Amino acid sequence: MKNNSSNPAKVVCDMTVEANTPLGQLYGLLALRADGPLPAISAGQFAQVRIDRSKTTFLRRPISICTADAASGRIELLVRRAGAGTDALLACEPGEKVNLMLPLGRGFSRPAKRDAKALLIGGGVGVAPMLALGLELKAEGYAPEFLLGARTAADLLLLDRFEAIGPVHLTTDDGSAGTRGVVTAHARLQRPVDNIYCCGPKPMMVAVAKAASRIGASCEVSLENMMACGVGACLCCVEKTTKGNVCVCTEGPVFNINQLTWQD
Amino acid sequence: MARLSVNIGSLQLKNPVMTASGTFGYGPEFADFMDLSTLGGIIVKGTTLHAREGNDYPRMAETPSGMLNAVGLQNKGVNYFAEKIYPGIKDCGTEVIVNVSGATVSDYVGVAERLLDLDRIHAIEVNISCPNVKQGGMAFGTTAKGAASVTAALRKAWDRTLIVKLSPNVTDITEIARAVEDEGADSVSLINTLMGMAVDVEHRRPCLSTVTGGLSGPAVRPVAVRMVWQVAKAVKIPVIGLGGITCGRDALEFLMAGATAVEVGTANFLDPAVSAKIVDEINDYCSRNKIADIREIIGII
Repeated sequence: MKNNSSNPAKVVCDMTVEANTPLGQLYGLLALRADGPLPAISAGQFAQVRIDRSKTTFLRRPISICTADAASGRIELLVRRAGAGTDALLACEPGEKVNLMLPLGRGFSRPAKRDAKALLIGGGVGVAPMLALGLELKAEGYAPEFLLGARTAADLLLLDRFEAIGPVHLTTDDGSAGTRGVVTAHARLQRPVDNIYCCGPKPMMVAVAKAASRIGASCEVSLENMMACGVGACLCCVEKTTKGNVCVCTEGPVFNINQLTWQD
Repeated sequence: MARLSVNIGSLQLKNPVMTASGTFGYGPEFADFMDLSTLGGIIVKGTTLHAREGNDYPRMAETPSGMLNAVGLQNKGVNYFAEKIYPGIKDCGTEVIVNVSGATVSDYVGVAERLLDLDRIHAIEVNISCPNVKQGGMAFGTTAKGAASVTAALRKAWDRTLIVKLSPNVTDITEIARAVEDEGADSVSLINTLMGMAVDVEHRRPCLSTVTGGLSGPAVRPVAVRMVWQVAKAVKIPVIGLGGITCGRDALEFLMAGATAVEVGTANFLDPAVSAKIVDEINDYCSRNKIADIREIIGII
């Protein structure tokens, strides 16, 4: 049984590293190019990256797509060093091939209102899908704002790219940039917001979800449960939802907070 | 092109390569990446009489050349399979085999009886070897008596091909294999996962919510090949080999050790098209070595 569509929704392919730009000690931005066009990619979707450089990395690593230009076959991945797999990925040199499965999962929805006040909240490496979403929303005529949080100023990534899209509000744990403290303490959340989109460490997303409920904003979060297959076959990455355990890789990684059981 | 078709009881496979239960969903999950009809068969997710939510997250841990899982048979039950999934996969161009699980013998029989309604299901694989459920599962598969009781009951209820999937977590797997053969099983498949455990030392807790889980992947392959070889010598029914197969060479290792067919499992997570490639690689091997019929090399060790 072949997929009936001549353009499958998902592909597995070798992509060429066009650039690998270190962003401080902990992060890097990988620019990758496929030999031809890629299937349509929407913000919030992810790639499963095979790490051939690391002998101890057995499974692929799910990495959120930071920017995509499917027609030209180009994507960018923002990577944080989290272990041998991501270390090896960040050691890739331009010209090297990396094997990816993409695009996987479901991305972010759109605000119900064209003039919605959309606030995109990213923490640490979780800013990656917020850049993709900000670019898409702006291109579609929305006016997204960003609230980005990190431990220190050095962990605030790709700021110039966000500032080119819309207003950017910042928080850092140590006060080295923006407001000192967590994103949920930022004054922007005291003013009206219709739609919140969030990706970051789970404690941050839980706090944002609570804040969204309090102010009556619609809220979607992107989860990063550990995965094996990435296509809904192994049932390893499940999240408890109002419909029971569901695969984050296929039902998510983006969920509306109403689907989750975080506030039970 | 060599002749690759093999028989497992009355089940005819166009080639000896199937995908292992729990690693390939129901098939359509992989249809973007490969042509499902190139496979010998697809063994779908473990199916129980009633829906099961499975175990709590985390259910998976990466290990050297493998992984531990503790999914715990999450599935929506046999009626959901029959009504919602089967219609979409029955014409996928390859054999669809249902992996059957239960907590009691009557659970297993209930699933099989429901599957009798589905004409295109020519075989079931009976899971008496799941290490991740508290009741049933491996409890049946670790004694000859338990394995025999499930097999005997299913033999009465199911007149199509009956494959029993064996646990490696036993002292002598050939004893269990002989017990299910004696009760009328058409085939045995082995190995299910090896029970294992991993600890997150930074957080000082088990990696899995269930503490222990099932180890799969290339790490287990030599154990699996050894057990397939032992069982193939001990029984007359065909043996299906699985455990860490990632390429044609690995599959051939099992065939030579005595397996009539193989299942590809964890490797599907690494390369979603690997099972189709394995069929091609077996074909290439036969061409290079002037093998006209795959059966020439089955069990030559």
